[in-house]
Amino acid sequence: MNVRSQVSMVFHLDKCIGCHTCSIACKNVWTDRKGTEYMWWNNVETKPGTGYPTKWEDQEKYKGGWRTNGNGQLEIRSTGRARVVPNIFHNPHMPSLDDYYEPWTYDYQNLFNAPEGSDQPTAMPISRITGEELDIQSGPNWDDDLGGSPIYAANDPNLAGLTEQQRQQLGSVERLVFFYLPRICNHCLNPCCVASCPSGALYKRGEDGIVLIDQQRCRAWRSCVAACPYKKTYFNWFTGKSEKCILCFPRLETGQAPACFHSCVGRIRYLGVLLYDADRLEEVARLPDDRLVEGQRSLILDPFDPAVIAAAEKNGVPESVIDAAQRSPVYQFVMKWKIALPPHIEYRTLPMLFYVPPMSPVLANRENDTIHHATDNLFHEIDNARVPMKFLANLLGGGHEGVVRYALAKQMAVRWHRRAETVGDVDREAVERLLRAADCTADEADAIFKLTALCTFEDRFVIPPMCREQAIEMMKDPHEHRQEAGFGFVGGPRRGL
Amino acid sequence: MDKNFLDQFLFVALPYVCLFTFFLMTVYRYRMQSFSYSSLSSQFLENKHHFWAVVPFHYGILVITAGHLIAFLIPRQILLWNSHPLRLYVLEIAALAFGLLTLIGLVGVIVRRFSNSKIRCVTTPTDWLLFGMLMLQTAGGIAVALFHPWGSSWFATNLAPYLWSIFKLNPDIMFVAAMPALVRFHIVFAFLTIGFFPFTRLVHVLVIPNPYLWRKPQVVRWYGRRPSVERNQR
Ligand code: HEM
Ligand code: SF4
Repeated sequence: MNVRSQVSMVFHLDKCIGCHTCSIACKNVWTDRKGTEYMWWNNVETKPGTGYPTKWEDQEKYKGGWRTNGNGQLEIRSTGRARVVPNIFHNPHMPSLDDYYEPWTYDYQNLFNAPEGSDQPTAMPISRITGEELDIQSGPNWDDDLGGSPIYAANDPNLAGLTEQQRQQLGSVERLVFFYLPRICNHCLNPCCVASCPSGALYKRGEDGIVLIDQQRCRAWRSCVAACPYKKTYFNWFTGKSEKCILCFPRLETGQAPACFHSCVGRIRYLGVLLYDADRLEEVARLPDDRLVEGQRSLILDPFDPAVIAAAEKNGVPESVIDAAQRSPVYQFVMKWKIALPPHIEYRTLPMLFYVPPMSPVLANRENDTIHHATDNLFHEIDNARVPMKFLANLLGGGHEGVVRYALAKQMAVRWHRRAETVGDVDREAVERLLRAADCTADEADAIFKLTALCTFEDRFVIPPMCREQAIEMMKDPHEHRQEAGFGFVGGPRRGL
Repeated sequence: MDKNFLDQFLFVALPYVCLFTFFLMTVYRYRMQSFSYSSLSSQFLENKHHFWAVVPFHYGILVITAGHLIAFLIPRQILLWNSHPLRLYVLEIAALAFGLLTLIGLVGVIVRRFSNSKIRCVTTPTDWLLFGMLMLQTAGGIAVALFHPWGSSWFATNLAPYLWSIFKLNPDIMFVAAMPALVRFHIVFAFLTIGFFPFTRLVHVLVIPNPYLWRKPQVVRWYGRRPSVERNQR
């Protein structure tokens, strides 16, 4: 057993209100520099929708992530070891600016400086790359709240496997539904970006598992951009270096939650440590699709198990980190309650950001100008939810419904249980049956309810002491890094000639 | 100006100045500004014509550079190979073909940079100067191949000894002094390009990623891990 600790995350999708505060917090801290205008290390997309970059989940197009070859070995889908040599000059699977959007601002000066004329001066959009006038074609959030649907939503790759009827219903007014998917780097256990970098510039921090790009060693071979199936490494077109979400490590090291977590209005974000067995990574990443979710869970170790604690101590995991692992909210959601699921685990990078699947609104039909609930029950059946189970399974279950159904059934049981507790207008025995069927107890339901709805800052973010007193980055004020590219520079980075 | 003095300047002083600059400045730049070592890829901003410019250029220039290097390192074996006319023809035609490939690619690179406003934003004056130099050098090389054929042989007999004499710090310019003007131009420009090298994007050639092919796929970095634990680490 090779015990390591990983700072892991849970996003509770039922709580996300799609306000984009997280994205703005991140942008203001990290990506307001030249060359990063188009980057959103944190972005929030509407599902169904095509996301950012457009259709990032379509791996037939982007060729991101791992696949297993004939011998059951893992290989990088874009440019693995053998293919990096011929593809280093031109990466065939590299997304380009058109797949994201051309960043723009407005020519505000024109409002003041325009020569006198017969019409009102306007502030034309201008490109933040060339400074030329721009006909805006798309943006980072072009299909927000189903804007432009069905053109966009209909192209969501997660709709694969849905019946024609289901697809049509998704777009009909009565059944219309969407939810939000906030995305940051998943700081995966088996990161494809790291494995693809010819320069070895990307690395996973041993102590906390944060995946970083060494700005001094990046040489713009841009393999990581093509390899990351979540498209969470970005190419800085100005400095010629790739950049990505750093999980605000300078904040974490000083005991603060990352900016997007801290600012989250819906309080959907949880952060805590998971202990895992690094020896079994590859074995798990090779499992067939339908066993990947279970497999990843089997990697995560019980922080209360004396054998795990002993192995962790032997491996140099500090006691304070083990303590944080025992109090980790992520462990509760992912391992104890099993209601948080990894996104697109079939990419086999073993993401360490987990999503609690959303419960969609009650289903209703309109007949003769009156609204009828599709069910007589107070809450709907999870199988009749507006978001088809298959859609969520494609997103969060590696295409398999079982784990998603389990998570939704348990959340539904919690709702019934709390209704019985607080209002008392439902049959207690029926609730008991529901709880049992959902593999849940009344106590567990209360705990889920509490951590979901009544959680404090301290409940949501159990940040381990990083024990990185020696790290060079600690010597510098994170705010000094604003407007710089990357971290740890003495003289400031200069673009090469 | 005295022809001998000019030759001394072009084929002794200039090469040393350029080579010295090359070695000193690449190391200096790597140590002081390793951030600036990057291929500065522009594929992200323009992906349609990128392949047709960058790929032919690189395959061309890499083969041509390797060819020059081989002729410099093992001139005798080259002469042996060329002793059969057919083999000489094959070598000459291949060299010319790759030279033309380089030229086509380079024209592609320049046209692409010129015609797309986004990439123009990431093209510096140094880049334009460099492209100009590479253009002259490539065109010059092709002209040499056309007007002074059998270069693979006379390079081995006449130029390899000169280059070796430079590296042995005992310069002997007898052979180069007698070369036609076109060849002399090609040599002088080669040294100028080498001297200019550390100040340009060309430094990316020095950081080509070799360990990738045999390193472990995953990279983990630890800060301040206890040595007793180090052994467990994969
Ligand atoms: C194995 C060696 C080499 C590798 C791996 C390599 C790789 C690269 C890469 C990845 C780019 C960026 C292309 C882009 O995406 O825009 C590039 C550009 C360039 N390379 Fe190389 N290169 C090599 C050797 C050379 C050599 C020998 C030369 C010439 C003397 C050279 C000259 C250039 C130039 C001029 C550019 C700019 C092209 C442009 O404007 O798009 N490279 N190289
Ligand atoms: S700040 Fe929180 S609630 Fe708002 S969009 Fe981001 S994740 Fe959702």
